[in-house]
Amino acid sequence: MANVISLDSILGVGELKAAAEAPPAAASGCASSSCGSSDGPADMAPEVWEKVKNHPCYSEEAHHYFARMHVAVAPACNIQCNYCNRKYDCSNESRPGVVSEKLTPDQALRKILAVAQEIPQLSVIGIAGPGDSLAAGGKNTFKTFEMLAKKAPDLKLCLSTNGLALPDHVDTIANYNIDHVTITINMVDPEVGQHIYPWIFHDHKRWTGLDAAKILHERQMLGLEMLTSRGILVKVNSVMIPGINDEHLMDVNKAVKSRGAFLHNIMPLISDPAHGTHFGLTGQRGPTAQELKVLQDQCEGGAKLMRHCRQCRADAVGLLGEDRGSEFTIDRIEAMGEVEYDQEAARTYREHVEGERAGRHAAKAAAQADVAETVGTAVQPILIAVATKGGERINEHFGHAKEFQIYEVGPKGAKFVGHRRVDQYCEGGSGDEDALGGVLSAINDCTAVFVAKIGGCPSTSLKDAGIEPVDRFAFEYIEESALTYFKDYAERLGQGAINAREGQDAVIRTGAFTARRA
Amino acid sequence: MAYKIKASDCTACGACEAECPNNAISFKKGAYAINADLCTECKGQFSSPQCASVCPADCCVPA
Ligand code: SF4
Ligand code: SF4
Ligand code: SF4
Repeated sequence: MANVISLDSILGVGELKAAAEAPPAAASGCASSSCGSSDGPADMAPEVWEKVKNHPCYSEEAHHYFARMHVAVAPACNIQCNYCNRKYDCSNESRPGVVSEKLTPDQALRKILAVAQEIPQLSVIGIAGPGDSLAAGGKNTFKTFEMLAKKAPDLKLCLSTNGLALPDHVDTIANYNIDHVTITINMVDPEVGQHIYPWIFHDHKRWTGLDAAKILHERQMLGLEMLTSRGILVKVNSVMIPGINDEHLMDVNKAVKSRGAFLHNIMPLISDPAHGTHFGLTGQRGPTAQELKVLQDQCEGGAKLMRHCRQCRADAVGLLGEDRGSEFTIDRIEAMGEVEYDQEAARTYREHVEGERAGRHAAKAAAQADVAETVGTAVQPILIAVATKGGERINEHFGHAKEFQIYEVGPKGAKFVGHRRVDQYCEGGSGDEDALGGVLSAINDCTAVFVAKIGGCPSTSLKDAGIEPVDRFAFEYIEESALTYFKDYAERLGQGAINAREGQDAVIRTGAFTARRA
Repeated sequence: MAYKIKASDCTACGACEAECPNNAISFKKGAYAINADLCTECKGQFSSPQCASVCPADCCVPA
C-alpha cells in the first residue's frame, strides 16, 4: 500500500486533508505556569517534554498534529460504574466504553499496522477497554503491547484503567515501557464514591457500598503513587457528576497533584436514558458548559488540567475529535493481508511538525506581547468559538463544522479552553434550522465565532443571538487571529460601540462527541 | 451442581472466564458457556461463585 503523502496536503493552508480535525494549541500566552496541558517545552523538564510532545492527549499542542488509536482488546471489567452500561454498543455513539468490534491481540496488531500506513500522524496506541485494560489479569493488553513493541517500537503505548488492579501491574507496565497511564478517579472520599460505584470485584469477592468505594480509593492512590515514583506519566480522568462529585473534584485535583499526577482531565458526565446507564435511567444530568468551565478554572493552580479530551470511544482512530474507526473494520484489515510497517512517512511528518512548531511558539509570543502592551489588563477575557479542521488554523466552514473549539482570549493571551460538539448545520447543501439552534446553544457563551466561510442566513441568526460571525481571519492561525480580534474588541468596547457579553451559558451535547468522517 | 450462563444477557466480556478457578468457562461458537462437568460452583475454593460475582450482566446463575 504505497501511501505517499504530500506534506502540503496535510499542512497546507486550508487544505488539511489527512488531518481532519485537531484542536488548538499551546497557550504560550498563559501568564501563570498552570495553564494545563497547553504547556510547551519551556514549562517542563526536557525528558518529560520528550515523552509528551507527540502525544495528542498529554500535550494540547500535540493534539493539533498527532493522532491516537485505541484498540478494543479488553472487554472485561472488574467494577461497575453508574455511568456505564457495557451492554450498550452503538456505532453512532461516542463514549468511553463503547466499541463496535472487540479484537484479539493478533487482530489488534494488524489493525494498528494498517492504520499506521494510512495515517502518518499516528503516534500513540492506547488500550482503554471497552472494559478495564487491567481486568482479567491484563492479559490481552500486555500481549498486544508486547507484539507491538517488537513490530513498531516508535509508537508510544498508553493504557487507561479504573485503578483497582493497578498496583498488581505496575512492574509489568514499567517493563513494557508504557510511559503514559490514565486512571479514572472520580472521588477521594468513599462517602462520595458509594454513589458512583455500586460494586467492585476484588480479592475474589464482590464488594458493595462504602466498602467497595474504600477499597477502590485505596488501590487508586497506591497505584498512582507507585507509577509516579517510577517516572511514569499519569493522567487522571474524572467524570463531573453535578450534585454528586462536582465540588469534590477540587479535592480530587489536590489529592492527585500531591501524588504526582501529570495532568487532570475533568470531563462532563454523558447521561441519557437511551444509554441504559444507572445515571441515565435515574435522570442524573450532566453539567452545562459553563459549570464545567468554572470547575476547571477553579482547579487551575493545582494539578494541570486537560481541556481537549474528546471522550473517545474505546476503538477510536484518528486525530482527537475525529474518528476513522469505521474505515478499519476487521473484515477490511483481514482483506489487506500482511501489512509491512514502514516508518518513513511518519518520520517525515514528525520532522515537518517539529519545524512548524518552533516557528509557532515565537509568533504566538509576539502577538501576545502586542496585546498586553496595547490593551492593558482592565478588559475581561472573552470566549471565541473556532471552526477548524486542525493545524491550528481557522479552516472550516461554519456549516461543515462538527465541533467548535473554544478559546479564551484576554490581556494575558489566548488559550484553548474546550470544545463543543454540534450537529452539522449544512448537510447536502441546505441549512437545517434545528441544527442551527443546536449550534447557537452550544456556543451561546461566546462573543464571536471564527470561520473560514459562512452563509448569509446563519450569519444573521448569529448576530441576532449576539454572537459575531467573523470570516476575515479565514485560513489564518487561530491564536494570533484571536489576539488581533481581541485588540479590536477592546477598542470598540472602550468607544462604547459594543457591550460585553456576560453571564451566558451553553449546553453540552450528549450525543456523539467524536465526529465520524463522512 | 453447576452454574450456567444466560446467553441472552451475556455481553461476551470474558470476565468470568478469567476468574473461574476450574477453567470451566470458554468461548465456543460465538458465546461464553460453562462446562457443567468442570464447574464446582467454586465450593471449597471461594466464598462465592466467581463468575457470578464478577459478571456485569448478572447472567451467571445456578443451572
Ligand atoms: S478519551 Fe480523552 S484522553 Fe482518551 S484518547 Fe480521547 S481525548 Fe485522549
Ligand atoms: S461457579 Fe465457579 S467453578 Fe463454576 S463456572 Fe463459575 S467460576 Fe467456574
Ligand atoms: S462475565 Fe457475564 S457478561 Fe461477561 S462473558 Fe461472562 S457471563 Fe457473559
